[in-house]
Amino acid sequence: MSTLQRDPRDRVQVLDDDGRVVDGAEVPDLDDDDLVEMYRSMRLARHFDERAVSLQRQGRMGTYPPLSGQEGAQIGSAAALGESDWMVPSYREHGAAYVRGLELHETLRYWMGDERGNSLEDLRIFPVAVPIASQIPHATGAAWAADLRGNDDEAFVCYFGDGATSEGDFHEGLNFAGVFDTPTVFFCNNNQWAISVPRERQTASETLSQKAHAYGFEGVQVDGMDPLAVYKVTREALQKAKNPAAADEASGRATRPTLIEAVQYRFGAHTTADDPSVYRDEEEVERWKAKDPIPRLENYLPSTPRRRSSGPSPRRCSSTSTGTCPGGWPSSGSTSSGFGTATATRSY
Amino acid sequence: MSTEQQVEIQNLTLVQAVRDGLRGEMQRDEDVVVLGEDVGQNGGVFRATEGLYEEFGDDRVIDTPLAEAGIVGTAVGMAAYGMRPVPEIQFSGFMYPGFDQIVSHAARFRTRSRGRFTVPMVLRAPYGGGIRAPEHHSESKEAFYTHEAGLQVVVPSTPYDAKGLLAASIRDPDPVVFLEPKLIYRAFREEVPDDDYTVDLGEAAVRREGEDVSLFTWGAMTRPSLDAAEAVAEEGIDVEVVDLRTLSPMDVETIVESFKRTGRAVVVHEAPKTGGLAGEITATIQEEALYHQEAPIARVTGFDVPYPLYALEDYYMPEHARIEDAIRDTHDA
Ligand SMILES: Cc1ncc(C[n+]2csc(CCOP(=O)(O)OP(=O)(O)O)c2C)c(N)n1
Ligand SMILES: [Mg+2]
Repeated sequence: MSTLQRDPRDRVQVLDDDGRVVDGAEVPDLDDDDLVEMYRSMRLARHFDERAVSLQRQGRMGTYPPLSGQEGAQIGSAAALGESDWMVPSYREHGAAYVRGLELHETLRYWMGDERGNSLEDLRIFPVAVPIASQIPHATGAAWAADLRGNDDEAFVCYFGDGATSEGDFHEGLNFAGVFDTPTVFFCNNNQWAISVPRERQTASETLSQKAHAYGFEGVQVDGMDPLAVYKVTREALQKAKNPAAADEASGRATRPTLIEAVQYRFGAHTTADDPSVYRDEEEVERWKAKDPIPRLENYLPSTPRRRSSGPSPRRCSSTSTGTCPGGWPSSGSTSSGFGTATATRSY
Repeated sequence: MSTEQQVEIQNLTLVQAVRDGLRGEMQRDEDVVVLGEDVGQNGGVFRATEGLYEEFGDDRVIDTPLAEAGIVGTAVGMAAYGMRPVPEIQFSGFMYPGFDQIVSHAARFRTRSRGRFTVPMVLRAPYGGGIRAPEHHSESKEAFYTHEAGLQVVVPSTPYDAKGLLAASIRDPDPVVFLEPKLIYRAFREEVPDDDYTVDLGEAAVRREGEDVSLFTWGAMTRPSLDAAEAVAEEGIDVEVVDLRTLSPMDVETIVESFKRTGRAVVVHEAPKTGGLAGEITATIQEEALYHQEAPIARVTGFDVPYPLYALEDYYMPEHARIEDAIRDTHDA
């Protein structure tokens, strides 16, 4: 049975809080180089984040939204995208965008108040969207357009927060995705807080993932601080988006879209303009820090099945002089189409 | 009655005066409730509602889900039922999910129901540029709201006015869009009475009297306009600075009276030129006082481009050098 077809409360996990493989969990099919690269990207994202906050403190940068704590969700999900897939970010996806080829200095440039940091030359990344949830219908529309054009090796991952699920745009974006069965993966970074407003104040639903059922497609909850579990569900959701026939097809239901709720925590402030001590306890932060995705993956690394890389492909998508994206994170034995064929030239 | 009235005075910033105004109205009238994103325990992202949650509880200071259509729409329902909701939109740039509720309903309930239902709601939002913020946190879109009959639009420029205009807005039976110039939230302090008082809607304030040129402005542009007026005074140009305070209904009488004396005008606003209120003010002057006109009316405004990220925002915002030049050109024309 697909990992995506389960009770939304049944949270997908591969690594426990200490980085040990949980009983019965299937470790995704990644070779050692991929795993190390995933780890390296997470460390880099954390380091970048600390430097950016420090630049803001020194008055060298404007308001900046930190990502610490969310590296597992960002790197794990972005690593699952194939070369022809697209990402539609909110404003906190610095790590995910890096994996998809956006250089960190461009991200800095943008947050230093210069539009040129958001030019995204040759990358399959939509621009930063600050108005909450407003990018969700774009992801549905772009995926719909890809479908209408017959580009069936392209799927779209759209990032947004727990707070975003309260906006009308969330409803409309997911509803259209269901009705038109678009190849869209809705990736909700449930980091427990929308600035000072806790997750419980956004909805009386027990989970966010169960909202997918109302739109006629699958919703799955994943441990968002477990990069391997995140990789696994995102990978499956992308494959389903591109090969819906492989999914268990119940008539009258949308089979391409998926809503992923990645349960996680933001360790730092909402932005550098925010003071979280006004609304949350340090104790709560400490509790979640025990799930820190970085030591978790670090602890796991010595116990990998020691699979060697299948090819010399660079692990990170980048915009090269030829404008091509030389490969995402190939998963050996994957049925997904499109690796090494299409270019990542911007087509809009 | 005592011969000597004791009036307690506090020295407040504009944002503190907003909070003081909310607090006073909430004490006065149990029907006044505050709702919005992060207005409760967090006290608002600019601290405009700080302490209110502790004082009035979570039935009257309400953290809502992140949904502006929901915030404005439920406030319209509360208001139609008879309460006096004061919804906060965190930044005016995030008003748009609620825009349908504002223009299609808040502005029209009274007319639609021939007076059976009114919407005594005050929609507060910080607005304007100059704070080095990300995209959508800096625009000035007052003209969207002045264009809609059925809405009153208020922009305070001083702490005293902020408290008094807010109180008047909350007591008004009809909807008010209350735009707070966040650039000057903490720029200066002013003496503000502890007791509640109102400043009437629809009345401009003459901030500086002058005989040569009339300058019309509001909000955060009032201070640089006054600075410019002082600078050109040294060259012998005497500028009258009029702070409109309420943009709808506009105080046409004060505008026209001032212009008839000077025959020359400069209008200053942060919003882009095209479709901005300076055009409306200019046209009103043409209709009411054309034969007093001595020179072309100058508009000092933001530019007709999307508001830039902050690296370029100093070039976008009108500052006193640009205002001074416009005054000189108008004066010398
Ligand atoms: C439409 C809109 N309303 C309000 C805001 C102000 N705002 C910025 S971030 C934020 C909270 C977002 O929370 P969530 O969706 O959980 O995302 P997170 O920042 O936690 O990743 C708010 C209210 C906004 N950017 N857009
Ligand atoms: Mg959140």
